[in-house]
Amino acid sequence: MRFRLFLREPSAVFWTFGFPILLSIALGIAFRNRPPEAVSIVVQAGPGADAILRELASPLIKARVQDGEAARRELRSGKVVLLIIPAAEGAARTYRYDETRPEARMARALVDDALQTAEGRLDPTPVRDERVTEPGARYIDFLLPGLVGLNLMSSSMWGIGYMIVDLRTKKLVKRLVATPMRRGDFLLSFVLMRAVFLLVEVPLLFAFGWVVFGVRVVGSPLLLMGLAMLGSLAFAGLGLLVASRARNTQTVGGLMNLVMMPMFIGSGVFFSTSNFPDGMQPLLRVLPLTALNDGLRAVTNAGAGPSQVAFAAVVLAVWAAVSFAAALRLFRWR
Amino acid sequence: MTEPPVAARCRALVMRYPGGVAAIDGLDLDVHAGECFGLLGPNGAGKTTTVEILEGLLEPTAGDVEILGMRWSTDERRLRERLGVSLQETHLPERLTVIEALILFRSFFTKGREPEDVLRAVSLEEKRASYYEKLSGGQKQRLAVACALVGDPDLLFLDEPTTGLDPQSRLQLWDVVTEFKRAGRTVVLTTHYMEEAERLCDRVGIIDRGKLIALGSPRELIAALGGREVIEVTLGGGAIGEDRVGALSGIRGVSAVRRVAEGLALTADPLHVALPALLDHLRGAGLQLERLATRHATLEDVFVALTGRGLRD
Ligand SMILES: Nc1ncnc2c1ncn2[C@@H]1O[C@H](COP(=O)(O)OP(=O)(O)OP(=O)(O)O)[C@@H](O)[C@H]1O
Ligand SMILES: [Mg+2]
Repeated sequence: MRFRLFLREPSAVFWTFGFPILLSIALGIAFRNRPPEAVSIVVQAGPGADAILRELASPLIKARVQDGEAARRELRSGKVVLLIIPAAEGAARTYRYDETRPEARMARALVDDALQTAEGRLDPTPVRDERVTEPGARYIDFLLPGLVGLNLMSSSMWGIGYMIVDLRTKKLVKRLVATPMRRGDFLLSFVLMRAVFLLVEVPLLFAFGWVVFGVRVVGSPLLLMGLAMLGSLAFAGLGLLVASRARNTQTVGGLMNLVMMPMFIGSGVFFSTSNFPDGMQPLLRVLPLTALNDGLRAVTNAGAGPSQVAFAAVVLAVWAAVSFAAALRLFRWR
Repeated sequence: MTEPPVAARCRALVMRYPGGVAAIDGLDLDVHAGECFGLLGPNGAGKTTTVEILEGLLEPTAGDVEILGMRWSTDERRLRERLGVSLQETHLPERLTVIEALILFRSFFTKGREPEDVLRAVSLEEKRASYYEKLSGGQKQRLAVACALVGDPDLLFLDEPTTGLDPQSRLQLWDVVTEFKRAGRTVVLTTHYMEEAERLCDRVGIIDRGKLIALGSPRELIAALGGREVIEVTLGGGAIGEDRVGALSGIRGVSAVRRVAEGLALTADPLHVALPALLDHLRGAGLQLERLATRHATLEDVFVALTGRGLRD
């Protein structure tokens, strides 16, 4: 309220609005409607190698014949993901690959399938492929809400963290404490300021996603804004908490990274949290960024209603309240 | 509520910073209501520390502080409403305009002066809509004082309000303080400038190494030197011996002799007696007079007399 006068930094505006847009452009280009990538494999030279090469003629498989030693080297260095060692008629053919690499497992399945079919295998059940490209289920549809969440987190936390430390190094915090100003008001002003930013930030990002990538918000935009609001309150509170003791920008920067890094990785911004072990799931689910991302995604892509995002909303509200209260207690006023 | 006669009082104040020696070492101070009290002392003497303890911004290690009859531990909010503070260094946000800063600070107080009014008092009307970053050092300083005035305080703390100001800005600030005092309110200020203390302050306290070493009106302190005038002489012909210094202090009207960079400084009263006697003495001793100057004694002389060191060393 009293700090509405602080919003005059052009560079801050870029980091808030420009950066996520650039990031989604870059990622959008990277993931946009590209034909599925071919896997590179190598066949060890020897009898039968040429036949295999012929049988593997497919746009999804890039195969070459190489001498034994060279072939092994290519596999080791990761240039190819699979090495086929041909065998005599009737004997077992060898696939050599790293099982922990999803690409390699995929190549194995693909290659084996192609070879077995070419060599006369008959599939008992006919299948029909249906490829998904319509809006709502593409990677960018998954990515955009995650980016909005990430952006809310980093702009709230960095924005507030730096601003407070800056005020502290300028002795302005001390000067303000020398007035009858209520301390809670002071901290609250930062939170409210973030909330005002958000009214511009979130619609802008979603509008951008819609215009450029055709990402549609299936659910209620109002609910989306409500969630974003709770999210930004939670991160503003965390930002205050992180900045509450720090005396200089290095300290606050380090602490910020410490707090944000786990969420950056573990909160399903770029890939789904289901990639993490089941034991970690309950923990991940109560991280504020996970809650925010899940909520935003549910509303954007699946059109979830209020009751379906209630858990996310509660998680965010609790984070906001707890972090704000803690910041108020811990804040270094002098 | 009747005004207490003592606006600020501290007893046996000790402030020890973590790991350091005592920045304040047993300080007793009374600031009377309605006076302008000056704290003088060299760099690191403990002026800022003292003032910030009185302002309730620092917690003293030991000692007792009472402001306007109240205590920080129990009456913080009420006290804050009645205090005006200008810190030794504060930077407002770069992109805040002068008038916005005043409105902002005014908004913290339940009652206070019109921002426009205060703007006029510190002669910053022309800079009304300028960003803080575009102000000169002196203008920033005046704005800081304006921010301290906008809550219409009963007690005003100014930590080195005129350091780095040009003579004209300094005069303007002196006017602001004089004006404030005329309304019967109390000012506590710190300064390195003797003429400032002599002009503005009813009483001054000189602090050195966390201790109060002199207290009184500027006039009293100077009188205590034993003379209101100082004669500075530079003598030709090499070093001046101890016996010569002794002989000089025996001259009628001279109360003290001390060595300064260019020669000797003699505290004298009355001048019309001491000066002819001094000239006679030098002529009699066959000493060459290279330079002679007289001036009024200042608080600087008081400090040097008390500590043997200069105030701005
Ligand atoms: N935050 C601090 N931590 C440790 N020591 C400090 C701190 N602040 C001040 N001091 C020390 O306390 C002593 C008194 O400092 P203070 O700032 O009160 O001096 P001052 O009289 O205001 O000096 P100046 O004329 O330079 O403003 C100094 O020796 C200083 O080094
Ligand atoms: Mg100081």
